[in-house]
Amino acid sequence: MFPYYLELALRSLRRNAVLTTLMVTAIGVGIGASMTTLTVFRAMSGDPIPAKSRQLFRPQIQSRGPDGADRESEDGLQTDLSYLDAMAWMRAHQAVRQTVTYASGLTVRPADPKQKPFRADVRAAYNDFFPMFAVPFAFGSPWTHADDDDRSAVVVLTRALNDRLFGGSNSVGKTLRLGNEPYTVVGVLNDWLPIPRFYDLQVVPFGESDQLFIPFTHAIDRQLEVDGSTSCSDDRQAGFPDLLQSNCIWLQYWVELPTAADVAKYRLFLNNYAAEQQRSGRYAWPPRTELRNVREWLAYRHIVPNEMGVLMLLSFGFLAVCLLNAAGLLLAKLMGRAGDIGVRRALGASRTAIFVQCLIETGMVGLAGGLLGLLLTSLGLLAARSLLTADFVALTHLDLADVGIAIALAVTATLLAGLYPTWRAAQVQPGWQLKAP
Amino acid sequence: MELRPILSAMRRNKVGAVLIGVQIAVTLAILCNGLFIIEQRLALSQRPSGVDEANVFAIDNQWVGAPGDVPARQRADIEALRALPGVVDAYDTNQYPLTNSGWSESVLLDPDASGSGTLSAALYFGDDHALNTLGLRLVAGRNFEASEIGERQASDRLHTAVILITRALAQALFPKGNAVGQSIYVEGNKQPSLVIGVVERLQIPWTGAGGWTEKYFENSMIEPYRFIESDSWYMVRTRPGQLASVMKAARDKLLQIDRARLLDKIEAVSDTRIAAYRDDRGLAVILAVVCASLIGVTACGIVGLTSYWVSQRRRQIGIRRALGATRGAILRYFQTENLLIAAAGALVGIGLTVAVNLWMVTSFAMPRLALAWAGLGALGVLLLGQLAVLWPALRAASVPPALAVRDA
Repeated sequence: MFPYYLELALRSLRRNAVLTTLMVTAIGVGIGASMTTLTVFRAMSGDPIPAKSRQLFRPQIQSRGPDGADRESEDGLQTDLSYLDAMAWMRAHQAVRQTVTYASGLTVRPADPKQKPFRADVRAAYNDFFPMFAVPFAFGSPWTHADDDDRSAVVVLTRALNDRLFGGSNSVGKTLRLGNEPYTVVGVLNDWLPIPRFYDLQVVPFGESDQLFIPFTHAIDRQLEVDGSTSCSDDRQAGFPDLLQSNCIWLQYWVELPTAADVAKYRLFLNNYAAEQQRSGRYAWPPRTELRNVREWLAYRHIVPNEMGVLMLLSFGFLAVCLLNAAGLLLAKLMGRAGDIGVRRALGASRTAIFVQCLIETGMVGLAGGLLGLLLTSLGLLAARSLLTADFVALTHLDLADVGIAIALAVTATLLAGLYPTWRAAQVQPGWQLKAP
Repeated sequence: MELRPILSAMRRNKVGAVLIGVQIAVTLAILCNGLFIIEQRLALSQRPSGVDEANVFAIDNQWVGAPGDVPARQRADIEALRALPGVVDAYDTNQYPLTNSGWSESVLLDPDASGSGTLSAALYFGDDHALNTLGLRLVAGRNFEASEIGERQASDRLHTAVILITRALAQALFPKGNAVGQSIYVEGNKQPSLVIGVVERLQIPWTGAGGWTEKYFENSMIEPYRFIESDSWYMVRTRPGQLASVMKAARDKLLQIDRARLLDKIEAVSDTRIAAYRDDRGLAVILAVVCASLIGVTACGIVGLTSYWVSQRRRQIGIRRALGATRGAILRYFQTENLLIAAAGALVGIGLTVAVNLWMVTSFAMPRLALAWAGLGALGVLLLGQLAVLWPALRAASVPPALAVRDA
């Protein structure tokens, strides 16, 4: 029966090409608008590291007194850490893996004299950074614990930077001049772009940034200034060495805690540390501590801009208008065919048969609308990316899930919108229609 | 008035009428809120920065490989820039408006106050040439004198004896308008800084909508320092019309003086403005496209459904015409019908508009929409309905009376 219904539906859709086109366009435009915002929203609010987001934690300590509470955070806790606290935690080594990181910049001086020097974004980290965040390597490997301890001048490049500097070849072991100093390349990353860039949300959370990675200990030795925010209350003195002795906060800290027991142990450690700092007189208040995993951290930081919520609401409202529109047109179309339906009913078609047939016709309109919608969605994403910066729109593409959502949304929504017109069509009285002139 | 037959016909066609009415309601809610956001964003991106943007550009100067005696090098650079033909003035600084990245510090009237009640303001450095270079207008007091200018690195912690503040900051600190000659305490210093002058306007570097960057967008102060760093901004003002040529000449001159530097960014402030408000403009464009498509879709829906009604009622229309109804009466019938449906939809739509706006006010701290907007929008959708119904209504009016007697 199904192929026959399909054929009937196609014939009927063709007969009224204008109405069909209008319906498909309405659904397509609505799906296009809503899927564009939904795709971007899904990317921005998605889980950047699904395999480990429940094992990676960001510890916090209340490093400002009740007076200096952070106005931008909902619990008044500071998001970043001072060097003193961060180094104490690194030394304590209470997690399976841990790293402190910050963003900086260095001038790259290519060996090729034809290439001009340029400034690159630098991430200072410990070697645990790479296995913790499951960073993929194309060549080489992370630097070693010994490199961290020896404060070595070693560097890991992103694939894009390696392409630019070394023509994409295996550059492990080669020398790269950063500022005035030579660095040994120990590794080259494969494509890696966590969205959002959960480990440091300060700079470009939804776009590309870090181009090269160097040991944190080495960055401190070179006194690399922080790119990002350094927040001090009153105690900053002149110069980088004083920054390291101050309570200014500027560092991001991450730990990997695979089991619930590890988490409990780490919480205990943080609380003991906080109490100890108060006893020693460094903090005049009982500092609160907090330990959030990646998902909790992203929710806490409210990284999806408000405007995305507004766009979502408006675009789904738009979809609703498009569907109401399609429902109206469908009603007109099916009722316009009351005569045909009457004849079919008179010839013995059951109500169910008519209902199913009209539903198939509706579904086909939805499918066509969904396909048009997908096309418009990819155009919409292109347009959004050319109109907005990476602060606003994640570098995102349609993935398989998005395609599935779009088609499912289009067909379901159209079927729902078509339910009433279809039901009305099935109610057509055979005799009544045949009597009419 | 022929309302009664319209109403009784509508009762037979409830679903169609409700479909159009709801469409109009949702359309109104989206249009009003969308246009309201567009208007806000455009207003935001048109705030003057205080800088003579058409004639000022910025050079991001980065010394490569820590050369010695940066203060002398920068002094030589600035002198050379000032001597270039077409240049009005130049100075070196830590930040300028519209860059969306910068430096702010606390401002206090009482050095021992802490916690709530502290103001924070963008901290600009500048020498006695800063006002002239940016084209800032002094509305009270005096400019810095050459003897008051010091040198400062990013990590230095210094106390300044004299300071310039913006009118907005002056009003926040001294509502009585007597800012000049008063003492303020900045950067957590316990020693006072004397306000020697008030500039009309100097926007903070951050341009974001919502939050403190919007509320305090003109809270700025200028301290009398030249910013001596491995990475600093050289600001240059040119004579009108000479910006492009001077930008190139400045670059060549600096590289001629010393090649050991990066000049990654030489940018007209007008371009900085475009970059700063790119998201606001992008959002406005996207919303405009959504609103326009929405108008199109709703209009198509009205045309489609009304056309169907017209074709369904051709016989009845023929009968009415045969019984003496004029073309105008038929036209008016469909127009009135649409007006009734659209008016009902618009009423619901006004409520929906306010509800959506209230949701945005509470969840996103957006400003409240004036009810006049919703009223204006309602008039708009009524007009849209009338325009959309015109074509099918004209077709209805052209149904010949003879149709009534013909066996269709």
